[in-house]
Order: sequence, then C-alpha cells, then structure tokens
Amino acid sequence: MSWVSKTLSSTLGRKLIMALTGLFLILFLVVHLIGNLQLLLPDNGESFNLYAESMASNPLIRVVSIGNFAFILLHVIYSILLSRYNKSSRPIEYAVSKASTNSSWSSRNMGILGTIILIFLLVHLKGFYYEIKFGEMPVVDYAGVTYKNVFAIVAAAYSNLLYVAFYVVAMGFLGFHLSHGFASAFQTLGLNHVKYSPLISRVGFGFSIIVPALFALIPIVMYIQSL
Amino acid sequence: MKLTLKIWRQKNASDKGGFTTYPVDNVSKDMSFLEMLDVLNEDLTEKGDDPVHFDHDCREGICGTCALHINGKPHGPLQTTTCQLHMRSFNDGETITIEPWRAKAFPILKDLVVDRSAFDRIIQAGGYVSVGTGGIPDANEIPIPKTIADLAMDAAQCIACGACVAACKNASAMLFTSAKVSQLALLPQGQVERKTRAEKMVAQMDAEGFGACTNTGACEAECPKGISISNIARMNREYYSAALSSQNV
Ligand code: HEM
Ligand code: SF4
Ligand code: FES
Repeated sequence: MSWVSKTLSSTLGRKLIMALTGLFLILFLVVHLIGNLQLLLPDNGESFNLYAESMASNPLIRVVSIGNFAFILLHVIYSILLSRYNKSSRPIEYAVSKASTNSSWSSRNMGILGTIILIFLLVHLKGFYYEIKFGEMPVVDYAGVTYKNVFAIVAAAYSNLLYVAFYVVAMGFLGFHLSHGFASAFQTLGLNHVKYSPLISRVGFGFSIIVPALFALIPIVMYIQSL
Repeated sequence: MKLTLKIWRQKNASDKGGFTTYPVDNVSKDMSFLEMLDVLNEDLTEKGDDPVHFDHDCREGICGTCALHINGKPHGPLQTTTCQLHMRSFNDGETITIEPWRAKAFPILKDLVVDRSAFDRIIQAGGYVSVGTGGIPDANEIPIPKTIADLAMDAAQCIACGACVAACKNASAMLFTSAKVSQLALLPQGQVERKTRAEKMVAQMDAEGFGACTNTGACEAECPKGISISNIARMNREYYSAALSSQNV
C-alpha cells in the first residue's frame, strides 16, 4: 500500500475525510442559504429566478456542484465504513449504560442523524434539483428574456403542509448533526487550542441553531403566503 | 447496608457468560468497592463456590488494574478508579450491576477480568525513547518551559486503566494512545522518533481493533486521571504531519 492509501484507510485518515467533507458541506449550507433567502424577497420570485439561472449557467458553479455531490457521497460512504467498524469494535453491548452522563445525545447518534438528513436530501433533490434539470418547467419573461420559473415550483411545493412539515423537521435533525459536527470537525483536524476552542464551540452552537432555523423559515413563510 | 449485586460471570474466554445475582448484607459505608467484593468472595469461598474474579493490584489509584463497569459507568459513579470508590456512593437497598470492560480488543478472560495486553502492544509499537540516556543529567541541562513540562506531565498521568475504551461508544483507544504519544512528543527526548512513533502507535491501535473516534468526549469525562481530549487533537496533528513528512513511504 502506498503511504497515501495507508494513511487514508487508517481510522484517523477516515476521520480526516469525514471532517474535511463535513466542513465543505457546512460551507455549502451557507452559500445555499444565502441563495434560498431570495425566495422571501417581495418580487414574486424575480431575483430568485435570475439567481437560479446565473447558477445554472456559470461553469465554475457546475464544477463546484459536481464536487459537492462527490463530497456528500464521500461523507456518506465513510460514515457507513466508520459506523460499521465502530460497531464491530464492541460486539457485546453493556447491559446497563449511562452514556448520557458523559456525552451528548447528538455526538452518540451522528449516524442516525446523518441517515435522516440523507433521506431528506434524496427527497429534496428529487423534488427540486431533478425537476429543474430534467422536468417540464413553467417559464417566465423578464424584460423580454425567457427564464425557467423555479420560484413557481418551489412555491407549489411549499403550499403543501406535509412537505413543509417534513422540511422543518429535517432541519431540526440537521441542527443536531451540526451541534456536534461543527466543533467535532475542528477537533478531528487537530485544531484544539485553549484560546480558540471555546470560540469554535460557541460559533458551532450558534451555527447549528441559526442556519437550520433560517432554512426552515423559508417554507414556513411561503406556506403562510400561499394561504 | 444491604445490597443486591448483579455480576457478570463467565468461566473462560469461550464461555457465553451471564449475570448472577448475589444479595450482600452488612456492607459498611466506609468500605471500598473492592473490599465489598472481597467480603462477597469470602462468603462464596466458604460456601465452596467459585469466587468472582476481578482485577486489582495497588488499591491506591495508581496502577489502573481495577477495571469494573459499575451501574453503567467505568469505575462507577465517581470520576475515579474502582479501588478509590467507596460504598457511601451507593444507597442502602440498591441493585448494583457489575460488568467487565466491553471491547473487541479487550477479550474477557474470566468473569470481570479482561485481557488488556492490546495496550502493551501499542506501547511496544513506539511508546518509548530508544536512545541511551546515560547517567542522570544535570538539572536544567535541557531547558523545558514549565507550561510544556506541565502538559507532558498531565499526559503522563495516564495509568492505562482502559476506562476511556470502556466508556467510548466505539470502544476507541484514542485517549490512551494520544496521552502516550503526547507525553513524548512534547519533550525534547521524544523528538528523534516523533514521526515514526505517531505512525506506528496509531497503526497498532487500529490493528488491535479499537474503534475510531467520534469526539463524543465520553473518555475524558470518565478518565480517572482527567486526561484531556486536547491530547487526541495533538495526536491527530502528529499523525497527519508524520504521514505528510516522515521518511516512511
Ligand atoms: C448537509 C449535510 C451534512 C453536513 C453539513 C454534515 C457535517 C458533518 C460534520 C461537520 C461532521 C463532523 C466530522 C468530524 O467529526 O470530524 C459530521 C460527522 C458525521 N456525519 Fe455528517 N454532515 C451532513 C450530512 C450527513 C449525511 C447525509 C450522513 C450519513 C448518511 C452523515 C453522517 C455523519 C456521521 C456518521 C458522522 C460522524 C462520523 C464519526 O465521527 O464517526 N452526515 N457531519
Ligand atoms: S486515558 Fe484515562 S481512562 Fe484512558 S487508560 Fe489512561 S487513565 Fe485510563
Ligand atoms: S487497584 Fe490500582 S488503581 Fe485501582
């Protein structure tokens, strides 16, 4: 084995991949959120549709989006590898365990939380990404130019209470995933320091509440607007 | 005090094992947990039964031998070793469940005794300094800043009890291994073999079948010596930088 594959197949190497892909996904969440918040602008979706078009036609964004899918895939594959390996390291569980006295619930359930996020992602991609790329799209004219009316299918989806509820609940689970994952990724990278670690924990805590809450706000507001 | 003990009994490594319940009377609040088990074992021996096998040695909190999982926590309700735990930490009439450390890398030998030689092999892989040190050097011949010396001494407090592995949901040995890597990485004497040490000790840790780290922090919370998970971050740094820059292709 070369030193690269030896390093990356060690437990620490696999964790490194989890942390780097996780941090990339965190960055992606921020960019995605800024884009999505334009759905709430009071212009009937014009700025959101223009933004969607500019994203779809920008070659750089297409490269980043392929990378993003690859990183999600890597994150999921390594989460399965690690979870299975970790399970096999304790073949017989304790009859009595008071794990809640020594660690947070999120930190012990990253696999379950991740699986729920994955289910959400699949539904989300089918509903929006797939439809926009390959489905029959309504169109809209701005200053004589025709654009895909992405806003219209988002608004249609968010007029469905069940979909909105699913979205909001999924964001809750994302929050729990991040409440451990954000700071954990820094620890994995070896970035633990008396001066900065408390700050990283606080930023992570804030991030895990604010970002999922803003994501969840969009379908809630659009549902109310649809009434 | 009257207590009910639910103890894991297992004849040998290949036996399936199971819990046996023992009522015990006349337990004093001032007894240590191990003394309470001594009393139980005297009774069992007098009755001609096989006494409960458990590991212990110094009984003063320095050797790390007394590995027992008590009521769902390594070393019981306090952050200390089992030998330093006293019966006043329990209530009269309580049922106490006693289990061995559970980890693939710590196979059960008998009852509550597990084989922790996996730790020895991790140390043998690189947890030493192999240069001859000669006689005792003059004090202050090798200057070490106090803050660094303190960090190294904190890491060196690890007594290899295995509570970190027992507490971790992944049965990971990261806290133990990182303490052993750190105590040498921080000091001048450890520099020569620094990179190779990190690589070899991590490789051995993986080969023994300990799980990977999820940074739950359970190890630090249960460690009787208060070893900090900042050592784990240090080991990660040591390992990644060794992977990038050591001569071992
Ligand atoms: C937007 C989506 C996601 C983000 C931002 C995210 C972020 C993160 C971060 C930052 C970590 C911490 C890495 C570390 O401890 O070093 C992490 C860990 C983890 N993630 Fe995700 N994740 C996402 C989706 C998923 C999905 C879809 C799955 C699985 C199906 C998943 C499963 C896991 C697991 C199991 C861990 C813990 C790994 C371990 O420490 O052993 N995540 N995630
Ligand atoms: S790090 Fe703490 S819990 Fe782990 S073996 Fe050392 S002393 Fe025991
Ligand atoms: S018997 Fe030595 S630490 Fe408990």
